Order: sequence, then C-alpha cells, then structure tokens
Amino acid sequence: MNLALSDEQEFLRDAARGALTRHKTIEAAREAADGGSLPDLWPTAVEAGWPGLLVSEDNGGAGLQPFDAMLVAQECGRVLAGAALLGHVPASYLLDRGGYSRIGEVADGSLRAAFCAARPPGDVVTEWTVDPRRGLARGQAPVVSGDSVTGEVPWVPDAPGAGVCVVVGVENGEPVALAVEGASVKDVSRYDRTRPLGHVTFDGAAGERLDVSAEEIGSAWYIAQALIAAESVGTVETGLAMSVEYAKERFTFGRAIGSYQAVKHTLTEVLRQVENAKSLLLYAGWAGEAKADEFPLAASAARAAAGSALDYAARATIGVHGGIGATWEHDAPYLFRRAQLSRRLLGGTHDATDRVAGELLASTA
Amino acid sequence: MDLNDTPEQAAYREKVRSWLEEHKGEAPVLQGEGALADEDEITAARRAWQGRLAEGGLAGVTWPKEFGGQALGPIEQLVVNQEISRAGVPGILDAIGVGMLGPTIIAHGTEEQKTRYLAPLLHGDEVWCQLFSEPAAGSDLAGIQTRARQEDDGSWVLNGQKVWTTNAQFASYGLLLARTDAEVPKHKGLTMFIVPMDAQGVTIRGLRQISGEAEFNEVFFDDVKLPADAVCGEVNGGWGTALTTLMFERVTIGLGSEGMGYRSDRFAHAIAADPEARADGEVRHQLGEITTELLAIKFSGYRTLTALQRGQIPGPEAGLAKVTLVNAAIKAGDLIADVLGPEALAEPGEWSYMISFLPGLKSAGGTEEILRNTIGERVLGLPPEPRLDKGVPFSELRAKEREAVAS
Repeated sequence: MNLALSDEQEFLRDAARGALTRHKTIEAAREAADGGSLPDLWPTAVEAGWPGLLVSEDNGGAGLQPFDAMLVAQECGRVLAGAALLGHVPASYLLDRGGYSRIGEVADGSLRAAFCAARPPGDVVTEWTVDPRRGLARGQAPVVSGDSVTGEVPWVPDAPGAGVCVVVGVENGEPVALAVEGASVKDVSRYDRTRPLGHVTFDGAAGERLDVSAEEIGSAWYIAQALIAAESVGTVETGLAMSVEYAKERFTFGRAIGSYQAVKHTLTEVLRQVENAKSLLLYAGWAGEAKADEFPLAASAARAAAGSALDYAARATIGVHGGIGATWEHDAPYLFRRAQLSRRLLGGTHDATDRVAGELLASTA
Repeated sequence: MDLNDTPEQAAYREKVRSWLEEHKGEAPVLQGEGALADEDEITAARRAWQGRLAEGGLAGVTWPKEFGGQALGPIEQLVVNQEISRAGVPGILDAIGVGMLGPTIIAHGTEEQKTRYLAPLLHGDEVWCQLFSEPAAGSDLAGIQTRARQEDDGSWVLNGQKVWTTNAQFASYGLLLARTDAEVPKHKGLTMFIVPMDAQGVTIRGLRQISGEAEFNEVFFDDVKLPADAVCGEVNGGWGTALTTLMFERVTIGLGSEGMGYRSDRFAHAIAADPEARADGEVRHQLGEITTELLAIKFSGYRTLTALQRGQIPGPEAGLAKVTLVNAAIKAGDLIADVLGPEALAEPGEWSYMISFLPGLKSAGGTEEILRNTIGERVLGLPPEPRLDKGVPFSELRAKEREAVAS
C-alpha cells in the first residue's frame, strides 16, 4: 500500500504549477470582473498536453488516469486558472472510448470539447437528470433519437467557444452520449469570470453517437465531480496560505492576530477540512483507476468534502483579513466568487453529499 | 498510488491469515452466543489470547527481535490489525502497553528494565497502564503535581493522584510521570517511573462516566516507596520520555485509522432499516456529511502509513484525524437518536452507550482546543498564545495560581 505520488505525477504537478505561473491569473480574474477579458489559457494547456491526458495513447493522448488530470486541476484551482479542463477532460474520456472520428484533434487540443453532463440515477431520483435553469427540481435529460438530440443542458462549464459538445441524453430510458458540433450555446458566465458557462440547447441537432456504456457515461459524471473537487482543494490551499501569512503579520492589541485562539482555530479548521478533502482525492483517484464500483462514492465524497472546505475557507479568508478582505483590490473576493459559483455547478456540493448517503444506503440494503 | 499489497505483503498477509485460521478457535468469545460475561474471566481469557498472538508473531510486530518482536514495519502491523478484524477475533488486551509503553521502555529503559519487563508485557502475563493525566493536568500535561521525593539511600517516595487510567484495575505495572524538582520550570523537573501496581500505598478506584460504567480508573499514591532503579530514562528528563510515549500514541492511533468501530456502514444500518428516514433529505444530508468525514479519516490513515513507510514523520492529517473522528461520531449518535427516537437511548444499548461515551472522548489525549492550538502553531506556523508559565519555576507558578483563585 502506497499513496505517494509517483515521480511522473510529481513532474506533472510541478510542470503544471510552472506553466500556470507564467500568467497572472488572479489579477486577470479581477480585471475580468471589471469587464476586461481573460487570458486564453488553452494554448498553455495544449502545450502541456492536458487536452489528451485521459485520451488513450492509440488515439494520440497520454493514456493517463483521472487522478493525473485531478493533479492538474488542483494546480489550476490554486491560481483560479480557467483552462477549460472541467469541460474538456470528462468529455474527452467519452470521446476516446466512444470511437469519435475526430479524437486525434481532441487529444492534441485543436478541437476543444465541453461536457453537457447528466447526473446518473440515484436511489431517490431514478432518472438521468440535468441541472435546472433555476429551482430545486432536477431537469429532464435531453431526448435522443438515433443520432439526433433535443433538449437543453443549462450551466455547462467551458461551453462557450467549445468546438464539440458531448451531450448525455436518454433514449428509451437508457443513457446515450452524442458528440455534437453544432450545438447552440448561450454564454451565461456570471459572478466567477474565470469559469465560462453556457446554456446549451439541442434542437434536433445531429451528432455522432458514441459507443459507450451506461457505466462509462456515469464515470464521466464522477470524473467531473473529482475534477471540481481537486480544483477546489487548490483554491483552498491558496486561501489558507494567504490567511496564515496575514495572521502572522497583522497585529491587534499588541500581538499578531494568529496568536488568538479564535483566529488560530478557524485556520486549523480550514486545514482540517482541506486535509480531509486531499485524503478523499486520493480515494477518488484510486477508485477511478482500480475500483470502479467505489468510484461514485469516492468522487462524491471528494466533491462534498472539497466543496465544504472551499465554502468555509473562502469565508474564513475574508474574515481573517478583516474589512480589507472584502474589498475589490484584495484577492480574497475572487476565491469567494469561485466558491459561490462552484458549489452550485454540476449537481452542486449538496447533491454530492446526498449521493454519498445514497451510495452508502444502497450498499447497506 | 496503490492500495494493494506488494507480493511480499501479500505473502505476509497469507501467513497471518492462515495462523489466525488455525488458532481462532482458541480466541475468547466476547459477543453473541457463548460469550463470556464475567469481567475477570474476560480479562484472563484475553491475556491468554494475547500470549498466543505473541507466540504467533502477531503482537509487537514492529518491536525489535531481541525483545520478542518481529522487527517489521507499520504496514505489517496494519496487515495484522486488518486480519485480526477480518477473523472476527479480539486483538491484544494490552494495546497501550504493546503500542506505547513497551516502545518507551525500549527507547529509554536500562538493559535490566528491558530484560525484566518487556517479555511479560508482550505476552500479556503482566498488563501495563499509563499514569500521566491528573485531575488538574491533562492537556497541559507538564503541569502534573504528583511528587516523587528522593531519600538519602537513593530510593523514592511517591505521593499524588492520577486519573483516566485504562486497565489499572488489573495492571501489574504502570509508567508514571512525576515531579521530582518543583524549583525549575515545569517541563524540566519531571521524571518517569516504573511503578508496581500492587505496591503499598497504591489505591485504584473505578471512575464511572456518563454511561454509568467505569472504563477508566483513578489511582492514588500515598507514600509509595520505589527503588532507585524504578526511574525510566533520566532523572528530571521525564518530559522527553513522555514525548516518546505520546509519539507512539499517535502512531498507534494512525494504525487504527478505521477507528474504534465508528464506521459509517454501522450507522447506515440503523437508518437504512427505516424507509422514511432513508428518503428524508435532511437525514441523508447528515448521513452524507458524516460518511464523508469517516471516509476521509480512513484515507488519512493510509496517508499516515505511507509517510511512516517512507521514513517520514506523519503530517497534519494524523493529528486532525481524532478531531474529525470524534465529531463525526457525535453527529452520528445525534442523527441515529433523532431517527430512532427515545428508543435509541434505552440502557443498556449500543447507541446509548456510544452517545454517553463520546463527550469524554472529545478530551481524551488532549482537548480539541489544545490540539487545534498545537496544530495551528506547529503545522501552520502561527504565533503561539502568550504564555504566563514560560521559564517560571513550578513552585512559583502554583503559588501564583493559588493567589489568582483566592483574589
């Protein structure tokens, strides 16, 4: 038993960190919130080989595992880099396995993909569903008939500008994945400008049917859960480091604020939550590679823990910094914006927590 | 990243499993049909079983060979723990002795002490207890007041009180931290002793807790005479010896990472049986959160093991696991009682016992608040709380405390 990263994984992580530091991504997030445009990080992703991380070597990819992509996602999250991996990577997993005709372009990044996800059935909601435009009721997954699809998938990460959408729809109650190149995407990016979002509608659009199983379609959902978890962990680590530094430097009543238990315990709680989330990233990575029947539980638990950690850390970072942490000029608000939006995407953190319970109860029955 | 056994570990696991298969008929039955009921009988049977495990090489796995151990690593200890659990037999009785006190003697004891005490400890012939905490010194362990005074002939006289002592009621020996010099700052005047529990002047009293049962003891020392060679480690160097014990305590907790029977599947059973509860959004959310935390501890334990195996010091995940475990278990107790209603609080009962036990566990091994301080300072590098006891001789400190309380 060994949970240590391999040399290759450490190299991948360090290279990702290095490549991303060439861009001032957090400053860009501030400028973008003011109406500026974000730097295009896709060329960086392409140069690093990230678009093909999960694509098999035969199809021109790196043939790596979900955990490797999670390591890159964690580094993206650390600097709020919008490198379009949350959309592209789960989509590439299905395109690779489904025999997509343009998979080589997906692997080398000349064709960027987005994942119009459907949540697998659970023990309470037993249909494949999509995130609703608003409200609590889950939306109906698009309807597939042969090689055409009709329906809407709201709030799809990285959809604007994607060259191909992988949409999960339902045909005769069974999930089907289609690669659609001509989907209509409405840009609805909001609050967190580092995370482009789109409502994607399919009006009988024709696509290429992917030859994938229901289990593989489900796995793509859980890969997305694991990626957003890894990203969140990276963002928490940034918030924690920032807060710890400030707590050592800022003095009140004659001593550093980090010496007060109230502040120290808050930051220790951030550490506790993020360390738990990191442990669960390892679980999700291991299950994604070697224990498929536990992947839904592991990825959902990682998402739940990382999502809670990000919520807590984003508020704690602002709190520890005092008033200045709530100002436009500070970096803390951009972590907060990331936390606010992430928690509500791809089923939401709350749904991941429910899925943990569902998986546990199902295994108990 | 791999959770599977290496070929060597798989071979070792097979060896352990077949030993257990062959000998499990000799293990005492503690639950279900034919279970032993009498406390003394249970203790005697578990001591004998510890002896069998030691003979089979399943106790003291990480101990050096010269003291009866197997000189193997933490991963093999985990394999043994897992296989014992799988076989459904009890583990060793004296986990504190074998996991923490024996290793302390190995690290700090004299050759005579190692020769005299280690083999009977490992085999369960002599059970040990840990005499550290006191009514007025728990998290701030260096504030202990039990005094050992040296006589002209080099022997010692012990006076004071210890508390939260597991297994004291049938222990042969205790490892005891006492103050031997009150005129120096508190960490500097401490000494570790080996104390025979049947010595004149030792009184052991069960300490009943919320459940009504006595899992722990209070131990009183009234003019207990100890020979000069009862000192373990250096005179006035007891703090260093105690830190060794506490380090082994963390390792022991890390190896037991699936933690004390607080497993999510056990909690899920209570809820899954109720169709209303299993479809209730709030119940599911609570259960999902609890499960997430308990799963995290399991994999944090594996991270700790990975670090130990690579010769590294375990990271923050090790220290925080207890906080997570206790709080998740407390939430689970609340949830189950909310679902089952007052019936969950019937006594004796599985849930009422768990619910009663956890408030105390929150402070075991140091309160949560102190643990968070320590981690904040040691791991995050935050500045320490201002301390009023730094460099102050213990006797002055006590005088100041009394003055403050009186005013």
